[in-house]
Amino acid sequence: MTAAHPSIFQAVMADPQSITARHPEIFRTDWATRAKVLGTVVTSIGIAVAAVIFLDIEWSRVLTGFARLGQFVSVMLPPTYGSTENLFLYLHAMLETIAIAFLGTLLAAIFAVPFGFIAARNVVAQKAVHFFTRRGLDAVRSVDKLIWALIWINVVGLGPFAGVLAIMTSDFGLFGKLFSEAIEAADQKAAEGVISTGGSPLHRVRFGLLPGVLPVLISQMLYQMESNTRSATIIGIVGAGGIGAHFQEQIRLNEWQHVAFLTLLMLITVAVIDTVSTKVRFAIIGNERAKAAH
Amino acid sequence: MATGVPSLPPLRLAQLEGQYTGAIAAKRTKTLVGAALVVGMIGFSAIFGEVDLVKFFSHITAFTSYIGRIFVLDSGPHSGQLTFSDPAEWFWGIARWSRLIGETILIAYLGTLVGGIVAFFAAFLAARNLVRSRLILFVVRRLLEFCRTVPEIAFAMIFVVAFGFGPLPGVLALAIHTAGSLGKLFFEVVENADLRAMEGMTSTGATWVASVRFAIVPQILSNFVSYALLRFEINVREGAIMGLVGAGGIGQDLIEAIRKFYYSDVSAILILIVATVSVLDLATEVVRSRLISREAGH
Repeated sequence: MTAAHPSIFQAVMADPQSITARHPEIFRTDWATRAKVLGTVVTSIGIAVAAVIFLDIEWSRVLTGFARLGQFVSVMLPPTYGSTENLFLYLHAMLETIAIAFLGTLLAAIFAVPFGFIAARNVVAQKAVHFFTRRGLDAVRSVDKLIWALIWINVVGLGPFAGVLAIMTSDFGLFGKLFSEAIEAADQKAAEGVISTGGSPLHRVRFGLLPGVLPVLISQMLYQMESNTRSATIIGIVGAGGIGAHFQEQIRLNEWQHVAFLTLLMLITVAVIDTVSTKVRFAIIGNERAKAAH
Repeated sequence: MATGVPSLPPLRLAQLEGQYTGAIAAKRTKTLVGAALVVGMIGFSAIFGEVDLVKFFSHITAFTSYIGRIFVLDSGPHSGQLTFSDPAEWFWGIARWSRLIGETILIAYLGTLVGGIVAFFAAFLAARNLVRSRLILFVVRRLLEFCRTVPEIAFAMIFVVAFGFGPLPGVLALAIHTAGSLGKLFFEVVENADLRAMEGMTSTGATWVASVRFAIVPQILSNFVSYALLRFEINVREGAIMGLVGAGGIGQDLIEAIRKFYYSDVSAILILIVATVSVLDLATEVVRSRLISREAGH
């Protein structure tokens, strides 16, 4: 490390020519790889430059924007909720958000279970059924929750119920896909055993597949809870309940301290939901592991 | 030859049976408590979620008829018929929509690139096996967590006020969220990297940056690219709704079509979005599987 005893690295860096001359096979230039790397980098930057031009992004706007953003952040501190009345309003909206996320996720999972089985190759052997169920689930999943919320508002009106239904619809597509994959990956031996003792196809699903698959399904559902809590925090911007409407309103009113408070509330809620659902998930998976060991 | 199945002594049998019923009862109690909690949560959610089953079932036809309605033309010679009868009329705005979809893809691309670059550098500072300072780890990890917990749309709403309407706030919102979520995936990859090469480099006296560059980066790069491609596809989906808050892309036209009841436009734009996402999904999947197989080949 000291000047008196230079490290190998420093010694090499001091005279790189001599070592490259001694080991030419290690230091030869790998032109093929270099061309590939350079090509990738140049293409990526090229597309980025084209994007900046096409999207009409001006650097002056970037700079003034960041300056204004800095101003907002400085007036955000300290976060506050104003009056106690406001605090109750926000907390109520947060509970609404949690309710939307929970009920939406649960309903989605319940409705997705039968479709998961239909879309699984090892339950329904019909190729056409399998194909159309999967594509249908994909289409449902591809439409964003906010769009589903706008559609459901036409049906049940403004409010959190539309949010519940939006999360339910979108995640129904997601869970259908995830569940069918979990069912396909399930151990087939138990199912074969049920059939070999003379069980009906329904028995096969109930006693051969379900006990192995159910913990995986519940685990996926709990995992999705966290992501849905985040979705539920913004679903209010289209009028489907939850904290999102307040968030949007406070931005519009330039009440940056309130915006900061609401952001903080979102972060805490998501963190709490994440911790709780992870705990429950491990409890359920842990139980299954313990059972498998017996 | 024995004809019957040998039975256990009665005392032992009773003991085993007792243990069995005990175990089953314990499991039952657990399941029941769990079920009670879930039912309680459902009750709470039904109240706060303002669930109204009467309204739901009396209006449910509005949902199915809406889905049917968006596939019926409102203008042109085939007005009143299914959209499939006149695709040219159905996709009348294809030129404008294609440009907006292109804009959405470019917003997603820039967001992924900028966010990915930030995530790349953050990952090495957040990896427990490379950084000894608990302070740096804590700060970088909390920052990444903040970036990925706040939804993209929430960032976009704030940025629209600061930067004005257009694609720029959309790009920045996606970039910040991408930095957070990719940053987490990236540092987990780095933490799983083989440290022997790193130790070798360090033992020669190489600096931290040089060791990371030559010992760690070659190991993790293809994994990073694979995750970034996956994120790009997610960002195209997210980019498609950025227009809802005025942050550019196809979303603006979609929400206008929904709000102003331009029924057939809604289905046309949705189909364009779904088709674009599917194509990108397939394309990135091909590249990713090639990257992963290359990884496995080494």
